[in-house]
Amino acid sequence: MALTFFRGIKTCPLIHFPSAYFARKNGYFYCSMGSTNTQFATQEKQQSADLKTSQKTHKKSADKLLKDYEAVIGIETHVQLHTLTKAFCSCPYSYGAQPNTSICPVCMGLPGALPVLNSKVIEYAVKVGLALNCKLSLNSKFDRKQYFYPDLPKGYQISQFDVPIASGGCIDVDLPVEFGGGHRKFGITRVHMEEDAGKLLHTGNGNYSQVDLNRAGVPLLEIVSEPDMRTGIEAAEYAAELQRLVRYLGVSNGNMQEGSLRCDVNISIRPTGQQEFGTKVEIKNLNSFSSVSRAIDFEISRQVLLHSQGQADQIVQETRLWEEGAQKTITMRKKEGLSDYRYFPEPDLPGVALTEEYVDSIRDSLPELPETKRRRYEKMGLSMQDVLFLTNDLNVAEFFDATIGKGADIKLAANWIMGDIAAYMKNEKLSINEIKLTPQELGDLIASIKGGTISGKIGKEILFELVAKGGTVQGLIKDKDLVQIVDLSEIEKMVDKVLADNPEQLEKYRGGKTRLQGYFAGQVMKESKGKANPKLLNQILLEKLNAKG
Amino acid sequence: MLSLAQNPRLLRLQNLHQIPLKCLHTSPIPTPTPSPSPSKPTSQILKIRKSLLSRETTAVEIAKTFLDRLRRTEPHLKSFLYISPADAVLKQAEEIDRRIQNNEEVGPLAGVLVGVKDNICTSDMPSTAGSKILENYRPPYDATAVKKLRENGAIIVGKTNLDEFGMGSTTEASAYQVTANPWDLSRVPGGSSGGSAAAVSARQCVVSLGSDTGGSVRQPASFCGVVGLKPTYGRVSRYGLVAYASSLDVIGCLGSSVADTGIVLQAVSGHDKFDATSSKQGIPDFASQFIPSDYLDSKPLNGLRVGVIRETLEDGVDPDVISSLQGAASHLEDLGCTISEVSFPSFSVGLPAYYILASSESSSNLARYDGVRYGNQIFADELSSLYGHSRAGGFGTEVKLRILMGTYALSAGYYDAYYKRAQQVRTLVQKSFKAALEENDVLISPAAPSVAYRIGEKKNDPLAMYAGDIMTVNVNLAGLPALVLPCGFVEGGSSSLPVGFQMIGSAFDEEKLLKIGHIFEQTLQGCCFVPPLVANDF
Ligand SMILES: [Zn+2]
Repeated sequence: MALTFFRGIKTCPLIHFPSAYFARKNGYFYCSMGSTNTQFATQEKQQSADLKTSQKTHKKSADKLLKDYEAVIGIETHVQLHTLTKAFCSCPYSYGAQPNTSICPVCMGLPGALPVLNSKVIEYAVKVGLALNCKLSLNSKFDRKQYFYPDLPKGYQISQFDVPIASGGCIDVDLPVEFGGGHRKFGITRVHMEEDAGKLLHTGNGNYSQVDLNRAGVPLLEIVSEPDMRTGIEAAEYAAELQRLVRYLGVSNGNMQEGSLRCDVNISIRPTGQQEFGTKVEIKNLNSFSSVSRAIDFEISRQVLLHSQGQADQIVQETRLWEEGAQKTITMRKKEGLSDYRYFPEPDLPGVALTEEYVDSIRDSLPELPETKRRRYEKMGLSMQDVLFLTNDLNVAEFFDATIGKGADIKLAANWIMGDIAAYMKNEKLSINEIKLTPQELGDLIASIKGGTISGKIGKEILFELVAKGGTVQGLIKDKDLVQIVDLSEIEKMVDKVLADNPEQLEKYRGGKTRLQGYFAGQVMKESKGKANPKLLNQILLEKLNAKG
Repeated sequence: MLSLAQNPRLLRLQNLHQIPLKCLHTSPIPTPTPSPSPSKPTSQILKIRKSLLSRETTAVEIAKTFLDRLRRTEPHLKSFLYISPADAVLKQAEEIDRRIQNNEEVGPLAGVLVGVKDNICTSDMPSTAGSKILENYRPPYDATAVKKLRENGAIIVGKTNLDEFGMGSTTEASAYQVTANPWDLSRVPGGSSGGSAAAVSARQCVVSLGSDTGGSVRQPASFCGVVGLKPTYGRVSRYGLVAYASSLDVIGCLGSSVADTGIVLQAVSGHDKFDATSSKQGIPDFASQFIPSDYLDSKPLNGLRVGVIRETLEDGVDPDVISSLQGAASHLEDLGCTISEVSFPSFSVGLPAYYILASSESSSNLARYDGVRYGNQIFADELSSLYGHSRAGGFGTEVKLRILMGTYALSAGYYDAYYKRAQQVRTLVQKSFKAALEENDVLISPAAPSVAYRIGEKKNDPLAMYAGDIMTVNVNLAGLPALVLPCGFVEGGSSSLPVGFQMIGSAFDEEKLLKIGHIFEQTLQGCCFVPPLVANDF
């Protein structure tokens, strides 16, 4: 860390605002408030070691056991809104900037500083609320959620408590074909606006921690699902759909690695058929969709195993961390009762009042959303595999839409995009917006092949040129003289020439070695520099070969 | 449950006409002070401006006079926590003189020395809010009000003492020093803006900024014999005011004349993009109200309806204070106002509601003083100890008391019984005021139930101290503007002590308060509110 950190009030020479460090105990520092309700991860080691051994022995029976249980999964997702400035001040936010370089009195929580709401936050929240089929609160407000933590400069987070901006919605998900497919609808409990906290940097010899407040005050939407999911795949797909949604809406980059989209999973199990919920466990630190899915699968096994062994009382209400390396969850902190956040209305901010006209104008401006797009593609006759591939990335979907908008054949366009173009993008690590090919040219290419101007083989060659260097299909065909030869007399001439040049082979052919047809075809194609229409070529060749001389 | 008075009872005060139409001296033996000079309070700001523009004097000379008096009186008063170095003040004065010399324009507050309460942020001076937890803290920015003062040419002379974070009514709860009342050094100046009131009273500066959460500008104004103006909530930006109770806090002005407070209000008012609760309401030209008394007709306030809040004249209010108020009412009547009595049944429940709301908000607002980013950090091995020790050592007793009360009131299971009910009372108070102000142009009441307390008198009795705020807290609950101006003297031992009365107006109608206040003070005979400590200077 290049930036210097200062203790207490010593002024920093670089910027006006001194930063600070504070001591921490060795080891983990995941604690929240008082130490009484905090149990450190290290204390968990013994228990999880036991579990591991028992897991191996019972692996087979565990799989069998799983069938007797049902998991109940709900997800709290935090989406960072990529507004130009933070939620309540004019600091910009960019991921990965030098620590404490994008801060001001407001997001540092200096005495006397006040929050002023960035109206983009409301706009984005309304967009997401509408896209999630929620009911919007025309009169909502902000509240203070109070707790002490060094990454929380004001000692409270500006959030929404009893009147979230949107609630009671749902989201449609199509499960991947390779996981059995199927359509699901998951409930959305609420969507509310809040601010992000800063980040603690645990560096050095472990004697102190540092605070980076760049992220403090960045707007977030917290999206809470109903406990409607039953498997890791469903949960991962729910999260992936939220990512698609916020990207389609242009309100967030949805990047999980950067923390722009963070999922906390709540999970409990119950014997199949039981109505009451089991004890709920929260899992944090899920940095990818696959970790969502794997953490849930691990957690289901862990809980089912405990339950089936008569140790259901060992499933306690707690927060567990997913450890990517060990592929398991470990205890982060146990909860003793509910935390009291002492919510009360934020007196520094006026209430949030929306008019019907405002909501309508936003509704009218919504783009086509992933679910609508999927259903449209499905109706166009594409397979679910194609549909999911094309709609997964908005840019790809837009490229596809533009291509078929130019009149290209739907199936062929999908095949080109999912085949050679996707392969190229993958190899070169490029997005579809970075390749040189335009939808116009892809449409042209498909039309040129379909219309017989060029062969499929030449089409493929041109494609790589278009993708890598750009240009137009017509230009390339012209420059390289690639137009397919369909003129019968021209092909006939070439056939005649090849036959004349290979009298021995001709004799052998006519003597019964008909396999030599392929040889002749190759020679003619070579003569035509690959441009002869293969169908016409073979037709004429066959006539000539079999003609009684 | 409380009920709202459907028809505020309008009663005539019985004994109005028995009160002489002059400044009240309820003390049986007339004291040698105040000075016999018949001087009406005149706007010091206008006087300075006139003398500067006419080249009669210079800003440097004016500054030197004030700095000299400040130096002389400060050891007795201790009204400032920080005094700007003389050369810094003189340098600013020189710049004003240079501009005047060059016929360049100068702002309406050019050469005016202003004291700023130490809970208002100044980038070039410490801003401690009277708390150890912010000892030596220097904000990186000026509060909007301070910025506007400077833009208008004012010179900030220093930071005035206060009860820690504005929590108190005597300025004894400052973590640094106890300020004395210029009228009687054994008494408190009131609080929490005690330093700002004492400084104006002793003419250590021309005007000052204070803050008013439950009466913190008005009660010290009454105790120190100066004019205190609490603007409508939202009239002045709170950006840079160290928050005590955000929904109640207002920056206010103190001056030795109504006109001075009005001119300062003019300078600091207005919407601020850094304060979402600041109002976009237009700002009238307050100065147009300040008609010289020579031009006033005999009944300049003819037709104005003044309501006396009955509940403010009941048990627990010093009889001398009551007669002062009645004197003021009688004077207003003489100026042409119709006086009636208004019943305000929810008046007394405003006080507990205020303390619940203010404590609740303060418990949250003061959470940021955790020793992590600024202020006192007590090094500790564990996070909880870092917080605990930094806060235990940084906050004073009264602040801790209110944080605890507020935390309790907001806790799960108690929220409905305390915070929520207090909010309901607040709504009731707002409605009561609205009804009363539909019947009346302004309401009047004492500014405090008594004159200035002796130092230490209420220190160990927080409830008695809180009860002293009864006159003022309702106004903050309703967010209304109020003006406190001196109206007489009460005998208080070694010397007579000033007493003020409060005038409450409709939201954003400071104009009317200033107009009435100005005419009131210009026509009040025989009073001079210059304390004996500096009387020889005038
Ligand atoms: Zn900021």
